[in-house]
Amino acid sequence: MTTSFSEPGREPAPAGKAGTAPAMPLLAYTLALADDALVLGHRLSQWSGKAPTLEEDIALSNLALDLIGQARLLYAYAGEIEGKGRSEDDLAYLRDEHAFTNILLVEQPNGDFALTMARHLVYAAFMQPFFAALQHSADARLAEIAAKAVKEMAYHVRHAAEWVIRLGDGTEESRARTERALDELWMYTGELFEMDEGERALAAAGIAVDRRAIRPAWERTIDATLAAATLARPAERWMQSGGRAGRHSEHLGPMLAEMQVLHRAHPGVTW
Amino acid sequence: MTRSPAQRRPAPARARGEAAPDEGYAGLARVQRVAAAVVDPEIPVLTLEDLGVLRGVERRKGRIVVQITPTYTGCPATHAIRLAVEAALAEAGFADAVVETVLSPPWSTDQITDEGRRKLQAYGIAPPPRGARARTLFGSETVACPRCGATETTRISEFGSTPCKALWRCGRCAEPFDYFKCL
Repeated sequence: MTTSFSEPGREPAPAGKAGTAPAMPLLAYTLALADDALVLGHRLSQWSGKAPTLEEDIALSNLALDLIGQARLLYAYAGEIEGKGRSEDDLAYLRDEHAFTNILLVEQPNGDFALTMARHLVYAAFMQPFFAALQHSADARLAEIAAKAVKEMAYHVRHAAEWVIRLGDGTEESRARTERALDELWMYTGELFEMDEGERALAAAGIAVDRRAIRPAWERTIDATLAAATLARPAERWMQSGGRAGRHSEHLGPMLAEMQVLHRAHPGVTW
Repeated sequence: MTRSPAQRRPAPARARGEAAPDEGYAGLARVQRVAAAVVDPEIPVLTLEDLGVLRGVERRKGRIVVQITPTYTGCPATHAIRLAVEAALAEAGFADAVVETVLSPPWSTDQITDEGRRKLQAYGIAPPPRGARARTLFGSETVACPRCGATETTRISEFGSTPCKALWRCGRCAEPFDYFKCL
């Protein structure tokens, strides 16, 4: 797959337009956002063909497609920022586990349907207001990618919330599974709000979003959904961390092996 | 919306045929017509003009550049559309034309033309209401059945056969139908 945003003659949006942040934090930031989207997109695609109902199979595949589409735009930009000629395929398929900087939440296995929906609610409820803020980024390219993604994420929030409400306020079994899913995932929510030094510098330059400022909107969506689902928000606890530094759970490696095998067995393969 | 080339030249004599590189504004207008008439691979009644995804045609450093914008970021049709535009232009004599993807401003269903809406309806796909995105996304939607016009319809699935569609059913004629959802 190739997305040409750098056709001959078209100047790519200048990296770090605001001028105060060096190029490397922008590369790291763009890659981290791309990795989040790709890893969760791939996880969702693992439901294709075996979701609980046909409609849900199609829904999960569509959600996966949105995320993979967002990842492609971000990887294409990351390749340009880096300036070493790496394509979106190179970045997605030819980096090893520890080079991925996605948050741990998105690499968690699909589990049952309740866990997949709880994970998606937690992610989408953050990314929707995140992209809404990023569309005002001083970096023109990130801003235009965010302006597209924010519209898609609104559908993700609605779909995941509808399911969490239906499952939480559903049968004894669906309720117990949803409670368990939230409980299992809660320690991965802390990473949504983590910012390293590079990201803080980008935020100060108006390029990155201050993740802490997204918390109120995230909490509103989570609390309103859980209230409608008659579920309690899991108690605050110790938060797991490390994904942004390339320290992953045992689940990412096998997922990447499956995702990358075709491209690595047949380098440069195209449709 | 055709962008004028930076240096507009008078249309030269047609000695070298219509596709001559120096054809100027008239040539670009023809590129625009050819690209605008390409149909969407997944909804083949809609042209790119109907869909509102053709963003501009210009000449840059001697090459013709056609700009298109994707509907959904992950829509596989974007790639197919790109190839279809290049093929149509090659057939029309513009073999070196390139298709470029632009993101900004983001595409919205409001950019589907009135003609496009009429074609969708006739094809059995309920067209999206105009300017109603916020209301339809977070409020109650009223979608009329494209077959019988009844408004007693229910949503079966938020996600349909392509990223841009949802699956609905009519309560009067009992037919399921696609609804082009607002973006």
